[in-house]
Amino acid sequence: MNVMLPVFDVRNLLVSRGGSLILNVPSLTVSEGEIFVLIGPNGAGKSTLLQTLSALVKPSRGEVLFRGQRIGDEIPLLQYRRRLAMVLQEPLLFDTTVYNNVASGLKIRGLKRDGIEPIVTKALERFGIAHLRDRSARTLSGGEARRASIARALATNPEVLLLDEPFSALDPIMRETLLEDLEKVLRETRITTIFVTHDRMEAIRLATRLGVMNAGEILQTGSPDEVMNHPVNEFVASLVGVENLLQGRVAKKMDGSFIASVAGQDIEAMGPMETGDLVILCIRPENVTLSDIASGNTAGIRNTFPATVVRITPMGPYQKVQLNCGFPLVAYASNPSFSELSLKKGSEVLASFKAKRVHAIVGASRSVLTGAKSGGSSQQDTVG
Amino acid sequence: MDLILEGIKKAFWLLFSFDPEVLGITFLSIKVSGSATLISLIIGISVGASVALTRFPGRRIVVSLINTGMALPPVVVGLFVTISLWRNGPLGFLGILYTPLAMIIAQAVIATPIVTGITLAAVQQLPTKLRLQILALGATRFQMLWILIKEAKLSLLAAVMAGFGGVISEVGASIMVGGNIKGYSRVLTTATVMETGRGNFDVAIALSIILLLLAYLINLLLTQIQQRERRR
Repeated sequence: MNVMLPVFDVRNLLVSRGGSLILNVPSLTVSEGEIFVLIGPNGAGKSTLLQTLSALVKPSRGEVLFRGQRIGDEIPLLQYRRRLAMVLQEPLLFDTTVYNNVASGLKIRGLKRDGIEPIVTKALERFGIAHLRDRSARTLSGGEARRASIARALATNPEVLLLDEPFSALDPIMRETLLEDLEKVLRETRITTIFVTHDRMEAIRLATRLGVMNAGEILQTGSPDEVMNHPVNEFVASLVGVENLLQGRVAKKMDGSFIASVAGQDIEAMGPMETGDLVILCIRPENVTLSDIASGNTAGIRNTFPATVVRITPMGPYQKVQLNCGFPLVAYASNPSFSELSLKKGSEVLASFKAKRVHAIVGASRSVLTGAKSGGSSQQDTVG
Repeated sequence: MDLILEGIKKAFWLLFSFDPEVLGITFLSIKVSGSATLISLIIGISVGASVALTRFPGRRIVVSLINTGMALPPVVVGLFVTISLWRNGPLGFLGILYTPLAMIIAQAVIATPIVTGITLAAVQQLPTKLRLQILALGATRFQMLWILIKEAKLSLLAAVMAGFGGVISEVGASIMVGGNIKGYSRVLTTATVMETGRGNFDVAIALSIILLLLAYLINLLLTQIQQRERRR
């Protein structure tokens, strides 16, 4: 029987610094060909996890198996590192030409000059920087430097690519084009990738699997759809953009659904809850529909509430509308529908959302939202 | 005033007539100070980079000692090197006191802390994450050290300039351990001191001009390299 071993198998991993625990991952596996994206706020331990996986940070306890082999024991450290490539937040290019930068990983591996040339040329072309090959890395723009940095990592043909917020501090246009190119390369090569970011749009776009971290722990892993629409707790919910977190109590249990009482209003949601359960109802703002109160047209959606517009915030392609339905509710209205409804502060509208678009978390507590422990990623014990 | 003008005239004559004694003194100066600088670079870069990259108890004390060493008075170095190489001293068996080799040792002792201190500062200034990036590229520790040294090359050129400048111009240690023996251990600085003492100002001025020119030319060369690197 041919059992495919996971690329990474993390077991009971603990990383401490100065006596405080900064990473606690009891278990995590990353499979072949996955693009596993880790999101979380600053100091969540994302970079520490990446550096631990690349054996640059020594764990206090636990182990990381690479394709079933214990790193540093069954697989020598140097040999292991040479099977991975890592791109850090800053491009960290060497003070030489772009060509030499992209060639550096290959030179380190002792490849001959004529063996290096075609590989580097291909890597430069792949990231659209072939015309910069003889330029000094010091003269590159931010976007060009990131391209060179990613090309340098991929030139070594790694089995795993670890990316630590490689697009931070780039302007949106540059970020978009670079993201497009990276996405193309990752899909083409099917290289196993772990990508760390705090930008959820980047995460959704690239991820085949998503992980959410906070205070050194992985709170949830799953498909992007699962994490975005079924967060396990309020912290994850707020991190993935669920702006409506309504606390209520299950008033009535039905077949596959339930009615929860929120600030005196009844909201129908799906899920196997029991009467009396305390729940947090998660509703994504893009799932809330606004309609003219006079028309009363809500297509028979049960969760329909008359609401008053409290605040409108323009967000570019859409408007963020904060409502008071007896409970606070945030909706995103596209610019055309916003104009059609002539919304302004104090307007009366109907807000509706489907029961199946309400995700319920049982017994959650708002304290989760403020439960972030301190932790940093820049001061770990590093190993050579 | 006449004395100075006469001195300058004589100096140019000595320079452009390629006086064999002056040439010999000049070449010995380059040989002694060049060798001492080379030794100081090998030791200073290795020690400076190692101290910059490692954390150990008492590191601050070591760094303070290196920084203090950057201002070592040449006469103090001369004194201790003389005592060490003295017939009854710990290294007396080598029998090298009053030789150019002893001068190289003394000058290397002066230049090494300068090169070490500048290397230490230069490597410390590199981004901390650069080390992680180099290791992540699959480098061995030695490869990492070599890449970091290359990254700090502009500052290291300053270390060469400072180290060479420090030893080519020092006189105390050279005269103490070299003895200023004519045709054997006489260098530009020791000869200048001697000629001034004898009242041969013209010769002293000539030697000083050569010394200045030498220091200028070597620094000019290194500065050219440094600035070209910077522009790249």
